[in-house]
Amino acid sequence: MKKSEYIMKAVFLTAAAMSVLAVALICIFLLKGGLPAMLEIGPVNFLLGTVWKPGNDLYGILPMIMGSLCVTAGAILLGVPIGLLAAVYMACFCPKKLYKILSPCVQLLAGIPSVVYGFFAMVVIVPFVRDFLGGSGNSMLTASILLGLMILPTIIMQSEASIRAVSNTCYEGSLALGATKERSVFKAVLPAARSGVMAGIVLGIGRAIGETMAVVMVAGNQPRMPKGILEGVRTMTTNIVMDMAYATDLHREALIATAVVLFGFILVINLTFNLLNRKGEKKS
Amino acid sequence: MTGSVVLNRIKDNRQARVFAQRRLEAILLRGLVTLAAGITLACFIGVVGYTVLRGLPHIHSGMFALDYNSTNMSVLPSILSTLLIVGVGLLIAAPVGIFGAVYLVEYAPRGSRLAAFFRLTTETLSGIPSIVYGLFGMLFFVFALDWDYSILAGGFTVGIMVLPTVIRSTEEALKAVPDSYREASFGLGAGKVRTIFKIILPSAVPGILSGIILSIGRIVGETAALKYTAGTVAELPGSLMDSGSSLAVLFHKLAGEGLHMENAYATAVILLLVVLAINTLAGWIAKKMRKDR
Repeated sequence: MKKSEYIMKAVFLTAAAMSVLAVALICIFLLKGGLPAMLEIGPVNFLLGTVWKPGNDLYGILPMIMGSLCVTAGAILLGVPIGLLAAVYMACFCPKKLYKILSPCVQLLAGIPSVVYGFFAMVVIVPFVRDFLGGSGNSMLTASILLGLMILPTIIMQSEASIRAVSNTCYEGSLALGATKERSVFKAVLPAARSGVMAGIVLGIGRAIGETMAVVMVAGNQPRMPKGILEGVRTMTTNIVMDMAYATDLHREALIATAVVLFGFILVINLTFNLLNRKGEKKS
Repeated sequence: MTGSVVLNRIKDNRQARVFAQRRLEAILLRGLVTLAAGITLACFIGVVGYTVLRGLPHIHSGMFALDYNSTNMSVLPSILSTLLIVGVGLLIAAPVGIFGAVYLVEYAPRGSRLAAFFRLTTETLSGIPSIVYGLFGMLFFVFALDWDYSILAGGFTVGIMVLPTVIRSTEEALKAVPDSYREASFGLGAGKVRTIFKIILPSAVPGILSGIILSIGRIVGETAALKYTAGTVAELPGSLMDSGSSLAVLFHKLAGEGLHMENAYATAVILLLVVLAINTLAGWIAKKMRKDR
């Protein structure tokens, strides 16, 4: 009897430790696959080089890092205001009947496969940008709109939850002081939910910077420094997908090294998310 | 006398102006948030509506033939591959995820450093982009373990990818089981393991199920992690060691080539509706669980 209890506890513990094993394996194999190439190219040449011409043995991924940052910034600029305001509406002003429709819609929006988003952007947003703003349509702006749309549910769900977690006394106190409902929400409730909202934004950044298959369909993917919002860009993720099909040897390893850099970005973003979340928990 | 009347009037005026300003501000803010919610709803209706309306007319029975060839891009082989990948993935993620969550909730002492570390790694896993999973799966399962591009390699990769989803939903479900259940079971003389398997896990089933269904939805919609592990062969796989393109991978290929847009539209609808149905089911079960409590 006692023995089986110990055995099962060991089984449960092993299962819980699997996520550690998975993270460790991912780190080891990515580093093993990417670091040699990074060292051969030279970390400075690799990270700060502005030319990506595998044919001439030039592997600089700065254009892609910049591309990822620009596209992500664009997505945040578009997605965060809309997402945050929509979350405020859903948490504070939404009639119950409408909420029953709106909330499942947001959840389903989060579940739509990224390829479907990419396809939608390819057949709807690309022609729209091309016809109304010029350029080929496969551009930084298109990718930003697409990613802004994709991170919308993440930001809404996280922000709504943290707004709802703010104690009602904040809101009622402000009402009692004579402020309007709207003013109370924006001046009393929203500041109290700040760290949760920030955590949602960071989560959105993580999603945007890591998105691959949708972006590759609309970003143009030219491997050069970002030139303007109507010009094509290549991000770190799309760099991997574009070249993986035919890359060999050092070129292939350079792509894995790109993934290592991306992984580094993600780790920093995750850490920030964790810190913000803990701060939010402590407050409430 | 007249002076104070004038003063009062000025005061009233000022007050009226402040009130008017406040009301304007309130209306503006209310308008802004309503607009944002409207945009969100419009996005959902736009993406789903457009895809369905454009795609539905292109669905025909030939798409569900057993053979895939360059003249008839049947989706059936890919659907079967997807099912196999989902099966393998869940075979990995479900037991490991559920048992892991049992340790975190039932065994780990309060404030345990080890449990906090496990949670941190789980969160790290959930933040890793799918392309990184894809490359890792390629380097580890496909090359290092020499499984080649196969259903098995794809299944294992997505299994790791959905592990955090399973762990988190199981944790939530276990935490929602009232302590009185545990105490009653212990009081009747049952051991811890027996309590977990006979009392706690059965009453947490809806929550766990909703997490697992959510994972299925994620696997079905996954592209980047599968392209470099399960491969892109859109034919019927003979065994788990054969390459098999999932529906999403096939769709990405069709849309990317741009040669068979009608097929791409039709595949988009099938993919979208399947994933939406899976997610609706997961949401429905989760809601039912909350109502039962």
